[in-house]
Amino acid sequence: MAGLELLSDQGYRVDGRRAGELRKIQARMGVFAQADGSAYIEQGNTKALAVVYGPHEASGRAGWGIVWPWELRGSRAERWLGDLRGNGRRASVYTADAQHRISLGVNIRGSRARALPDRALVNCQYSSATFSTGERKRRPHGDRKSCEMGLQLRQTFEAAILTQLHPRSQIDIYVQVLQADGGTYAACVNAATLAVLDAGIPMRDFVCACSAGFVDGTALADLSHVEEAAGGPQLALALLPASGQIALLEMDARLHEDHLERVLEAAAQAARDVHTLLDRVVRQHVREASILLGD
Amino acid sequence: MAMEMRLPVARKPLSERLGRDTKKHLVVPGDTITTDTGFMRGHGTYMGEEKLIASVAGSVERVNKLICVKALKTRYIGEVGDIVVGRITEVQQKRWKVETNSRLDSVLLLSSMNLPGGELRRRSAEDELAMRGFLQEGDLISAEVQAVFSDGAVSLHTRSLKYGKVSPSLVKRQKTHFHDLPCGASVILGNNGFIWIYPTPEHKEEEAGGFIANLEPVSLADREVISRLRNCIISLVTQRMMLYDTSILYCYEASLPHQIKDILKPEIMEEIVMETRQRLLEQEG
Repeated sequence: MAGLELLSDQGYRVDGRRAGELRKIQARMGVFAQADGSAYIEQGNTKALAVVYGPHEASGRAGWGIVWPWELRGSRAERWLGDLRGNGRRASVYTADAQHRISLGVNIRGSRARALPDRALVNCQYSSATFSTGERKRRPHGDRKSCEMGLQLRQTFEAAILTQLHPRSQIDIYVQVLQADGGTYAACVNAATLAVLDAGIPMRDFVCACSAGFVDGTALADLSHVEEAAGGPQLALALLPASGQIALLEMDARLHEDHLERVLEAAAQAARDVHTLLDRVVRQHVREASILLGD
Repeated sequence: MAMEMRLPVARKPLSERLGRDTKKHLVVPGDTITTDTGFMRGHGTYMGEEKLIASVAGSVERVNKLICVKALKTRYIGEVGDIVVGRITEVQQKRWKVETNSRLDSVLLLSSMNLPGGELRRRSAEDELAMRGFLQEGDLISAEVQAVFSDGAVSLHTRSLKYGKVSPSLVKRQKTHFHDLPCGASVILGNNGFIWIYPTPEHKEEEAGGFIANLEPVSLADREVISRLRNCIISLVTQRMMLYDTSILYCYEASLPHQIKDILKPEIMEEIVMETRQRLLEQEG
């Protein structure tokens, strides 16, 4: 789109936001009854779902841990399930209950060749639904982008989860992007944080993430797909708000070092704003559960 | 075939309807609990820069000088003497690995297991080879926690007659976790969150020792009772009520006017659980 103005003279962006303004965030915890922890988050039009299993006995298999229900239709998934059962490995399939909660896929247990003796193993898998982008695109499970995102998520959460408390066990985090409108890494991290909290796994602090860019001398926070596609520099930052420590900082574009400070500050401020929102969601959820349990 | 379709609808959270509020101190990770260094730190907290910081989302519990944060949901953490229901995942050299919804799989040693015939003899090499004949992968057992290892793995034993392979022919005792409900089914409430429901056998048998696998098909009436109980338990869990024999019984009675498959619908579930709550409060007060 030629002539698209990412930042107008009055300081408004394409969707009417100001430079440092976030998109509307809505989040819910405990969406799946079967998983240990789960959460759903919407940041503007970006929607992500995170599911956490664990800590449980370490298994040898990573990456193919979960098959989401919309993928179960395909014959490939059915053949794969058949292979698993034929090998005698224990594969449990969760199904929808009468409340029409979405059915989860398969959770595999195998050998414990990868267990670490002094801390827990964090295993992250990222997957993007075929209907998440403007054009329907089939993404095989092991492709490069998913692996890279999985690795980044793992690095982020290994920094935040207190893994020394659970030696020899494994924590699985599965994230699925249902709709991608920019800031997918940030939405994944925020959803996964809520899911890990829902599962009761001890963490140092929340992990809040946000993306940021730089246009016309101004730093923009929380980029949407249009702004990302325009080709400017983008930065993704995952922050532990209470201490201000950075869990992960990622950028693959060219940015003059004079501007780095400003963009980093914009991203950090946006992450702190995200923290305020997530904090409210978690407190509400804990309060609700506490009331129901009775004092 | 008739089909039912439902649309999602925003529901008012139940806590508002109960009209109560909590007096507990609720925290989320990263919150400072206290800056007083005189306290000892328990589960769910960690020390950071001379402050005691929470690491899970939950309520703060303080016992004298010990502060800990109890999370809403955790995996089962074993205590000696707990009764658990578990599923065999692996048969290893002299032990079985049991999945009990805890952080690590529990172990059931061959020496801690009841042998058929009930003799108290030493376990020989033939017993090791015949292990798979007693318990295979996928079998359900009920057992008691004997010991807890340093990393949190739990060791089980099934020495007493009331434990072992879960089957209808277990001898019933008056123990807190083994309940016979008057509706014709029995329940074993494992401390680890697994619950076993089975039809009450008609006769009490004096077991010679060990266990017998009773594999007769379960009658339709029994199966209906069991499914109704299961749905009741699920609705109690969804509404976060404590599970014990009285609450399950009241819930079962409250659900009788409805069809079994209707119990899982949100409105009916709330109605049944409200009624159960009422009855329990009346009974106490």
